[in-house]
Amino acid sequence: MFGWFEENGLLLGLALLDGLASAALIFLVAVGLNLVFGVLRVLNVAHGSLYAIGAYVAASLGIAFASGGLPPWASFAALVIAAALVGAVLGPAIEGLLLRRVYGQEQVLQLLVTFALFMILEDVQKLVWGVQPVHHDAGLRWLGTVDVPFGTDVIPFTAYQLFVLPGVAVLTLVGLAWFLRRTLTGRVIVAVTTDREAATAMGIDARRVYLLTFTFGAALAALGGALSSPTAALVPGIGAQTIVLSFAVVATAGLGQIEGAALTALLIGIGRSIAVYFEPELEVVVPYLIMVAVLLVRPQGLFGVVETRRV
Amino acid sequence: MLVAAWAAPWLKFVLTIALAKGIAALGILLLLRAGQVSFGHALYVGLGAYTVAFLAPAMPELLLLLPLAALAAAALGLVVGLFVARYREIFFGMLNLALSMVFWSVLEKFYAITKGTDGIRVEVPRVAGAALQGETYEWTVFGIALALAFGFAAFARAYLASPMGQALAGIKTRETRLEFMGIGARRVLLAAYVLSALMAGCAGALIAMTTRHVTPLLAYWTASGELVFIAILGGAGGVLGPFLGAVTYELVRIYAAAIIADAWQAILGAVLLLVILFAPGGLWGMIAGLFRRRAAPATRGTMP
Repeated sequence: MFGWFEENGLLLGLALLDGLASAALIFLVAVGLNLVFGVLRVLNVAHGSLYAIGAYVAASLGIAFASGGLPPWASFAALVIAAALVGAVLGPAIEGLLLRRVYGQEQVLQLLVTFALFMILEDVQKLVWGVQPVHHDAGLRWLGTVDVPFGTDVIPFTAYQLFVLPGVAVLTLVGLAWFLRRTLTGRVIVAVTTDREAATAMGIDARRVYLLTFTFGAALAALGGALSSPTAALVPGIGAQTIVLSFAVVATAGLGQIEGAALTALLIGIGRSIAVYFEPELEVVVPYLIMVAVLLVRPQGLFGVVETRRV
Repeated sequence: MLVAAWAAPWLKFVLTIALAKGIAALGILLLLRAGQVSFGHALYVGLGAYTVAFLAPAMPELLLLLPLAALAAAALGLVVGLFVARYREIFFGMLNLALSMVFWSVLEKFYAITKGTDGIRVEVPRVAGAALQGETYEWTVFGIALALAFGFAAFARAYLASPMGQALAGIKTRETRLEFMGIGARRVLLAAYVLSALMAGCAGALIAMTTRHVTPLLAYWTASGELVFIAILGGAGGVLGPFLGAVTYELVRIYAAAIIADAWQAILGAVLLLVILFAPGGLWGMIAGLFRRRAAPATRGTMP
């Protein structure tokens, strides 16, 4: 047992650090998906495409900034601008032009509207950014690496993945919890989530809440994508990968859970990166195995609330 | 359809694939009756296809491979169904998605067994002991696909009219009431689930025999979405809908790919959006509506 740790301890440490960084990204995407589902009751299959577009826009902006002679730290501004831009442009467009037309219709139709959107956005990415990998990591390199002490060894790890990604995720978690519980707008969103009819009867403009929530969720997905862009080259298909992963997080955590989504993202992120280092074949399977195992024991998800059955 | 396949030989290939996908989408339609969307039936399509690919070298007989693939899919459908039939709506969809993704990654990652993304080539199997060549073989597979499509459509029609099929609609409207009547909702859904897996397995086997090359992409989640897409495009109202949807889907895909190579997916997405927004009954619903409108003046006269 101890022998195993001596041999593989360093690898395990690296897996944990990697897992933490990827959990932060998964959380940002999953929490947006969860929020949108909670309010609109539409599972947005195109959520992963927003992530991908956020990443591409961030990389393009970063490259443009760099060629414009701006210092490397400006690429962090590019990340935030990209997220805000994608959220503010695509969010209202998708909600207002498409989703608004299918509220109250069958769930499968709503699901397919977002699936159709996913197909369209997937090709839009290919048409705009091509199929060659796009990469820009000036910001990541500018921050350099940190030697993380691990037992008797040190693990060199990029400061960006060590501090920036988890930091943004924690800020989002705390900020979102505060926003939803302490501010009027947040409470209105929660009210619409819990009981739309009663909320509307109280004079809440549900349409506005839908628009706001979707835009915000889209911006979160785009932020996740933008933050991921310096850590890996962007290729077509990242949207499709991301969405199924965040589905797994949302279903495992239970619908409408924010802190739950954070813990589950951590569980799945670390589980996956441990698989990457020790059993690479299982990398893709681990999140789903965790999800299936959890749902076998708790059908409503780890933190989900049992809904009463209608008679 | 026969005429079209005869008139343009390249269409035969497309139509065989369309018929296969129509059969799989018919299974999706059964589940849609219960209000449940599976975003993971590509799992069974993939299983059917890989069953053919694995068994073909040892047993190159189409008439054995096809039922075996269907049975393998139905057996897995039973095991998985026992588990997923407990869940509804989003959880049902997500669990199916998760399991199909597990299967997909097994296909993709275990290169030693499955050849990974390279896929496996399927040799031309014999049909009833006779070694068929090129054109004749293609016609045979097309004929079998057509016969199976008709068979499954007739079966699905009868099934949906039977008490088991009627109970499916009960799951959609109000499940608790169904149980008050002494009908086990889980068993009703499980039966439909196993049937849908069987159909998907058949479809997978047909696809493997037509394209003669299987890859993990058959089981990727977008392929599952494609099946739901076809079911809705054709219209979930009638059993011919999925076939109409599948033929339209494949033809649009081929023409779109020929016109703008990189945007066929976007074009299909746009078609799907138009159908959902302006013809929620699907193509079949549109055609049925046309006939009803034409028949309407005649019936109005007989009204008292």
